[in-house]
Amino acid sequence: MIQTKNITFSYNSSTVFMFPDIQCPEGETCLITGGSGKGKTTLLHILGGLLRPESGEVIINSTNIELFSERKLDHFRGKNIGLVLQENHFIEAFTVLENVMLASWLASGKKAKEKAKLLLEHLDLKDQWYKLPSQLSVGQQQRVSIARALINEPKVVLADEPTSSLDDENAFKVADLLEKLSQEYKTALVIVTHDSRLKERFTNQISLS
Amino acid sequence: MIGKLAWRNTWFKPLSTILSIILLMSSVAIITVLILLQKQFEEQFSSNADDIDLVLGAQGSPLQLVLSSVYQLDAPTGNINYAEAKTWMQNPFVQSAIPLAYGDNYLGFKILGTTPEYLAKFGGRVEKGKMFAHTFEVVIGSEIASKLQLKVGDTFFGSHGNAKEGEKHEEAAYKVVGIASKTGKVVDNLILSDIQSVWAMHETHDHEDEAHPHGEIGHEHTEGDEQREEALLSEEGKEITAVLIKFRNKMGIVLWPRMIAQNTKMQAASPAIEINRLFTLFGIGLDALQYLAYGIMLISGISIFIALFNTLKERKYEFALLRIQGASRLQLLQTIVIESLVLCSIGFLFGTILGRVALMFISRSSDEAFKIAFDPLEFVWEKEGILFLVTIFVGLLAAFIPAVKAYRLNISKTLSNA
Repeated sequence: MIQTKNITFSYNSSTVFMFPDIQCPEGETCLITGGSGKGKTTLLHILGGLLRPESGEVIINSTNIELFSERKLDHFRGKNIGLVLQENHFIEAFTVLENVMLASWLASGKKAKEKAKLLLEHLDLKDQWYKLPSQLSVGQQQRVSIARALINEPKVVLADEPTSSLDDENAFKVADLLEKLSQEYKTALVIVTHDSRLKERFTNQISLS
Repeated sequence: MIGKLAWRNTWFKPLSTILSIILLMSSVAIITVLILLQKQFEEQFSSNADDIDLVLGAQGSPLQLVLSSVYQLDAPTGNINYAEAKTWMQNPFVQSAIPLAYGDNYLGFKILGTTPEYLAKFGGRVEKGKMFAHTFEVVIGSEIASKLQLKVGDTFFGSHGNAKEGEKHEEAAYKVVGIASKTGKVVDNLILSDIQSVWAMHETHDHEDEAHPHGEIGHEHTEGDEQREEALLSEEGKEITAVLIKFRNKMGIVLWPRMIAQNTKMQAASPAIEINRLFTLFGIGLDALQYLAYGIMLISGISIFIALFNTLKERKYEFALLRIQGASRLQLLQTIVIESLVLCSIGFLFGTILGRVALMFISRSSDEAFKIAFDPLEFVWEKEGILFLVTIFVGLLAAFIPAVKAYRLNISKTLSNA
């Protein structure tokens, strides 16, 4: 469960964002839409604790993350927030499996190898365990990102344009997958997008203007 | 996992890694060789001169006299009259005086005419067989025994002079009667006989010497000396090369060189002073090499810095990613520092090994040329420890700026610019 109250943010005096309040319970999907320059990514970064808002609160599972120190926030983020980014970045020197395990280790200190294998298998990546991320297709990379975001069973999954680089078929597959997994893992799923295919797919939408 | 990440990253871009390692390796290798060489050289030199206060020999370069008679490195300065030398050897100041006479060599190993005391002076003893007692009996050093496969009872012909290719003395053969224990000093590479053997071997060559007007140089004979001369008439007019002197009264070290220079045609040189002079000369060269090596180390430090700094640009997404997943800033810092330290440790390790391999080759050729061998397996813990710390320090220094940049990385900005 994630909710926000009266969040404002400004890069400089001419671009000031005042974001509407968001509330997304666990197991549900919430879509944040809006054209470019409306602060979609900024909002997502604030939700993920990558940026601090100028005012307002981000509350994840009744914890106000704005009160955390930098180090505590890093730790909290690792444990409770899964991020699926617009572009898929990986640790290039690590295999697919190690990339997923690293996420677990950084958050909890456990390598969770079996769990990572199961999760990857679940996402149809069983044969890719020992490949380098660069050897995978874009669609496969996207699924590895999702596996990485879910390995710690976070309270919130934040996805930034998860479908922008995918074709129709794959876009719907990813959307289905995200929704299914968020229900399965009981996480609140927040998707930031301007993709009209997703706008048709999800009903719970908040539009930034 | 952070260590593993650093390790994988090190080898993910192997070219720049290898360049950095090679540079570090070279500088560490050079410095290691210098450290070992200097230490073992000084050790060999001072241990060989341990018990020798002065060397009495023919006039000429004092350094040459010391090098030839104590270290068996140079050609002798010339010969001195045995009878004259004896007057000094029997001086009450003197605790022990060992005469040396050079003549022949066997396959490049010097045959040294001396007294049994010589072996004892270097801490050696006859391990197999017995000490030489008669003319043409020899005791051979342990190195020679193993290198030339000589055994007690073997015989060989010597060649005249220092060079292997010298004229062979085929009229008389030397007989090995004993093999000395290993001392780690020059004795290991010497063939020892009594002085009579050297004289006897050169009887025919030394006619001119015998015709030498004996009285002129020998007028300082003491009474005791004359008695001995009567007993061993064959010593009359004979020459030796040098005398190693140890004083009972250390005043002799100070007084004798001038006394001898003023009163005789001989000279007395102090090994300690001469070797000190030699090391001072050497030292300049060694220092220069050492500076060069540290220069190379500096360059390798810069190379590591550039390698880390360049990959930082490519890897900032990776770092942002690590932060997103809960890695602390300190862990990013750690990754970079570990990467640098991994490079430095590998460079140091290979450098130490390479340095020792190089020393092995140096030792092989110096052994052939000067009969001086170095031990590549020795560890000079203190100096090499310092070298290791310097290497690590270079690594930390090279990692400093990239690590700070990673530490300060703005995740949000990095990801938005993607």
